[in-house]
Amino acid sequence: MAETEVSKKRKRPIVRLAVLLLSHSVLVSVICCTAGVFGLLLLPVLAKNTYISENALMPGSASSMLSNQEVSEANKLIKELNNLHSNPLGATTESHGIIAKYMSNLGAQVNNHKFHPQLNQFHPLHFFSGPDSGVMQENSTRSLYGINTVGIIRAPRGDGKEAIVLVTPYNAVKGGVRETLSLGIAYSVFSLLTRVTWLAKDIIWLVADSQYGEYAPVAAWLRDYHTPAFSNLDSLNTETCHVGNNNFESKISYGIRRSGTMAAALVLGVAYGNENEDTLGIYAEASNGQMPNLDLINIVHYLAVHRQGLRVKVEQFHWLLNSKWVKSLGEVFESLGKMVKTLNPDWKLGISAADYVEGAATLASSLYHQALGVPTGPHGAFRDYQVDAITLEFSLRISFDRLDRRNDFLLHGGRLIEGVIRSVNNLLEKFHQSFFLYLLTSPSKFVSVGVYMIAFALLVAPLPVVAASLYAKTLDLNPTSEKDKSATSNELGSVLQSWKWLNSVKTVFVVHFWGATVSLLPYFISQIPDSDPTTNFSVWILLSILSLEILRWILVSPSSHIYGLPQGEWAILKSATISSFFIGLGLMSVINFATAEIGALLMVPMALMAHPLKLDVRGQSLRSILRMICNLVLGVISFPPATFFVFKGVIEGFSGIKAGDFWNWVESLWAWNSATYLYIEYGNIDRLSSDKRESNKDAPLLSCGMLLLKEFA
Amino acid sequence: MAILLSRRSNLLAVVVLLLCQLFLYATVSSSGSVLKQGGGEEFSEELLLKPFPDRKVLAHFHFQSRAPHSSSHGRHHHLFPKAIAQLVKKFRVKEMELSFTQGRWRYEQWGGFDPLSSNNAKPPGVELWAVFDVPQSLVDVYWRNLTHTLSGLFCASINFLESSTTYSAPELTFKPSFGNLRYGTLPREAVCTENLTPWLKLLPCRDKAGLSALMDRPSIYRGFYHSQRLRLTSSESGSDEVDSGIGLDQTLTVVLQPSSWRTGKTYSVETNIQPSWSISSIFGRNIPGKCVIAKSSNVYLQLDNGLVGELKNLERENAKYVANTFESEGFQSNHAFKISVTPDKVFEEVDNLHGKSTSVIYGFSVEKYSDSQPFDLGLTWKIPVVWSCQQAPLHASRFLMGSGNERGAIAISLEPTESSEGLPTSHIIDGRCELRVDIFQVVPWYIKVYFHTLQVFVDKQPRAMADVVDKIRVSPSKDKVSPGVMEMILKLPCGSKSAAFSLEFDKGFLHIDEYPPDANQGFDIPSALISFPSFNARMNFSEDEFLNNSPILSKFQHALQRHHHYMHSICIVFWIIAQCASEAC
Repeated sequence: MAETEVSKKRKRPIVRLAVLLLSHSVLVSVICCTAGVFGLLLLPVLAKNTYISENALMPGSASSMLSNQEVSEANKLIKELNNLHSNPLGATTESHGIIAKYMSNLGAQVNNHKFHPQLNQFHPLHFFSGPDSGVMQENSTRSLYGINTVGIIRAPRGDGKEAIVLVTPYNAVKGGVRETLSLGIAYSVFSLLTRVTWLAKDIIWLVADSQYGEYAPVAAWLRDYHTPAFSNLDSLNTETCHVGNNNFESKISYGIRRSGTMAAALVLGVAYGNENEDTLGIYAEASNGQMPNLDLINIVHYLAVHRQGLRVKVEQFHWLLNSKWVKSLGEVFESLGKMVKTLNPDWKLGISAADYVEGAATLASSLYHQALGVPTGPHGAFRDYQVDAITLEFSLRISFDRLDRRNDFLLHGGRLIEGVIRSVNNLLEKFHQSFFLYLLTSPSKFVSVGVYMIAFALLVAPLPVVAASLYAKTLDLNPTSEKDKSATSNELGSVLQSWKWLNSVKTVFVVHFWGATVSLLPYFISQIPDSDPTTNFSVWILLSILSLEILRWILVSPSSHIYGLPQGEWAILKSATISSFFIGLGLMSVINFATAEIGALLMVPMALMAHPLKLDVRGQSLRSILRMICNLVLGVISFPPATFFVFKGVIEGFSGIKAGDFWNWVESLWAWNSATYLYIEYGNIDRLSSDKRESNKDAPLLSCGMLLLKEFA
Repeated sequence: MAILLSRRSNLLAVVVLLLCQLFLYATVSSSGSVLKQGGGEEFSEELLLKPFPDRKVLAHFHFQSRAPHSSSHGRHHHLFPKAIAQLVKKFRVKEMELSFTQGRWRYEQWGGFDPLSSNNAKPPGVELWAVFDVPQSLVDVYWRNLTHTLSGLFCASINFLESSTTYSAPELTFKPSFGNLRYGTLPREAVCTENLTPWLKLLPCRDKAGLSALMDRPSIYRGFYHSQRLRLTSSESGSDEVDSGIGLDQTLTVVLQPSSWRTGKTYSVETNIQPSWSISSIFGRNIPGKCVIAKSSNVYLQLDNGLVGELKNLERENAKYVANTFESEGFQSNHAFKISVTPDKVFEEVDNLHGKSTSVIYGFSVEKYSDSQPFDLGLTWKIPVVWSCQQAPLHASRFLMGSGNERGAIAISLEPTESSEGLPTSHIIDGRCELRVDIFQVVPWYIKVYFHTLQVFVDKQPRAMADVVDKIRVSPSKDKVSPGVMEMILKLPCGSKSAAFSLEFDKGFLHIDEYPPDANQGFDIPSALISFPSFNARMNFSEDEFLNNSPILSKFQHALQRHHHYMHSICIVFWIIAQCASEAC
């Protein structure tokens, strides 16, 4: 009987499928969400081995030319710099002079670059300004300046259209052996490269003055390299600086010298290791989840492991390594993998539990750093100019005091850098062959965009389904009530009825608007002089609540349709919210996948569960009470400050948490223009639909999202 | 049977005899013409060597062939390459220059003011310009045909210059012309031996004898700069007896590092003593005498004025050498360096307007050397000398601004060099001291330059364009038809510390088949040209008969009135839409 009806209507299969999904929206959302979370947990299992995709790179095909000769020359530089540190007076200027002297003795072109460190400040409208409008500095920072030293080797037969950059952060004031060692590595490579004949790209060595942080000098140099301000009257680099008392110092120009487009950049650092072997740490995450081309990591990994015998590691969440549930999850996957193997020996899903834990810890860290949007090192500055860059941090198992050990270290480090540069030098095109969108689960394993997007899509899929089914339900409800009334007024009534969702959209928009206001508030709060983070935070909360009340008074309360309205009303509101939420997440996943993924993990369950508290209270049944509790817990957890504190508590223990921490965190995020900032204000609008008095934060800032899209595109 | 055979052999013998006679006659007649060539065609070869401050050595080969105008001599040539003569005749070429270059001329270290660098420093890749003696409407057709011919002649992709998107017709800044000049460059053309071999084929002795025998391929391509150039001038007969006919100047300019890097290690950083070198150590060969049919064959060693000045200073310091003045000793064996061969002639630059120090050129004639006793010139340094080459008044650099896949800006920045203060600057017009600078820049059509966004900054202050730009000629690009050309004549106030120009552009959206292979390499914007017309790039030598016979030295004396400087090409990477076809997506 039913079948004949359907066949009479001749609905197309896709429509039938949609109807089926809508009618079982609860089941669909439960299945999809579970599958999404499961898919995310499965990612370490699905990771593939990395491989060098660009054939032109040919890493390690030429034998290393770096010899002890260069190392002993580098040792001379290290010795001279270390001697300077023993008498700190005047070490700053002299160390620049020494480095510049060594560079120009090699035949490189040397210049100094003077910069003012930019204090971390809120620039709420920074999105609007183009890259070439120079950022105005406050007068207070005028007196502070740092000096970068830049040496350029021109490729013998190259045409100077491309360059490879080598960066060594160096703090002349309190730089220790660590930093001079990284200078030593760079110097040994640099001195070799002045003599080789195979060089096709220019080499730029930037000794970044890291007394104001490692990021600031690199970013300042890149800014002046790419977008110089021609009309700056009191420009820094015109004034010649006669600080040094030797003649050589005054000969170095302060004008910026250029080479061509940068093909790749390597940032070198040395750390005291506490491990059993020499390791090399790779840091790749740049601002807003941008990653360098995977090939760059691949060649470093290949050369470090197969040529220099270093152990390569990428960042991990160490607290995850010891966590029990990850371990047991790993065991589950291990046994699952074994079971799958018995079914079909060709399916290689098996992964040992230990590997799973390692992979999960690395993946979580990778996801976290990409989501946070704060670069993990000075290499982040390069990515803003579309230059592939990574930070390499060498760590040694014993101290650097023994000379033979140190020479050995310099030789290995130098040969690694030489190999990487030689590989990049082989490149005819810019890096494009391998992946830009990936998550690392180990230095040699990665999850590509095609895989991790599935998990995200599953997680987000219920949103449109639920929104549509809610809307469909209200439509089903209302026409029946209309039919009871007179048939004459139907025309106008049904038109009004079908545009009813506009009202809910208005509410959603107002809440979003309020969210945008709240997210701009810190800019004004930060103008308050002499305030500590805790008071700032409380002022922020107070102002937010105040503005919410004002908004409600102006816009929402006159209609006061939230309360005492038929059941369909809140359903439409919820469906509008969910749709806007879906659009927001979809956009965000294009800009920064990790942010969208974490956001979806927090928000999707809450968005789906949301139900007016009042109705639940009235309901009195076990089911509605359970739902109420779930809603409350989810609502609290996904309230951004709460999320932050819970997360921090899990990692570091609940003891030392202060309210001001959140403010500091927000401040840093803003300073880095992080897209995650959007989520701070990302609260549950759904709670708003359930009960307004349970006031709370807020709304996805879609408008801001669009601006960010423009900024980072 | 036997009879038949013998008859055949007889016949064969007769034919062979006849052929032999013919051949003999031919060779005798040709050698005879070589001997009596004095009135007609002539060929001379020269080599100039010059040490550079950064421990490198410049070797500049110059081969000059001249032929009287073909109408008077029919179509037969003895020395002059027939291919070139035909080309000149067929395409009515009045003047032409073709250069193949690898590497950059380093203006800061190798100088940019002397006639040598301003004539021979060329942009990387291929550069071709030609002036035609035809009506303006036909110039483009002749240019297209010329590029194809040259392409075949030199085994290079010069034929890509036929497309109207690649060449332009400068009017203001490049050379005085009347609409019949065409200029085109291929910034990414690789230069190799396959281009050198046809170039050598134009020489009467090829590389078998004479100075060109030095051209050991590995050593000349190992250098830091390599530029092979061919310049043609032709004039109608009758106007001037000396200049009429076709002149072909072939030059090869290489900058080499005398010692290999292995041995270069041994010098310590503290003593900046220059490496000693000899012809055989640089090239790995000696000069086995002159090319027999060359009118003259000379080697010169030039010490530029910075070096001579520095040497004189050192001389003065060492009182005991006071007796050895440069003039008397000829400078060849003093406390600073030693030349292994006694020079035949010493030329000193005279009356250099600003200089106390003048450059010195030693001349060596190769004629008396032979295979058994090859010519090998060596220079041995005894004490460290530090000097710098004379630089052009302004140091020009061009770079890209901005990042991203959509838009950017081209910036040109000019900064005065140290030497410019001492120069007899520029012209005083209306009581104002001004420096004239010409800029010529070609931009391919897919870089959509907005010429109205031209911004001018002098001394870090924005200026109105009319204040600085005397004349400007802009021809905007047409999509897929012609490149954008900008020519500017600037008048910069003297003593300005810096000048900068910026032009914004959008990157064009290309159709997928408009991308070249290896599209992610990006596109090159050809080198821009900057010249200083108010400066004379010439050297004055005391009048000497010898000078007029020497192509290099007479070039020095009657150099171009312009300083040409190239701002090296820059590379713009376009976002490739088709990229996702690769595995990554």
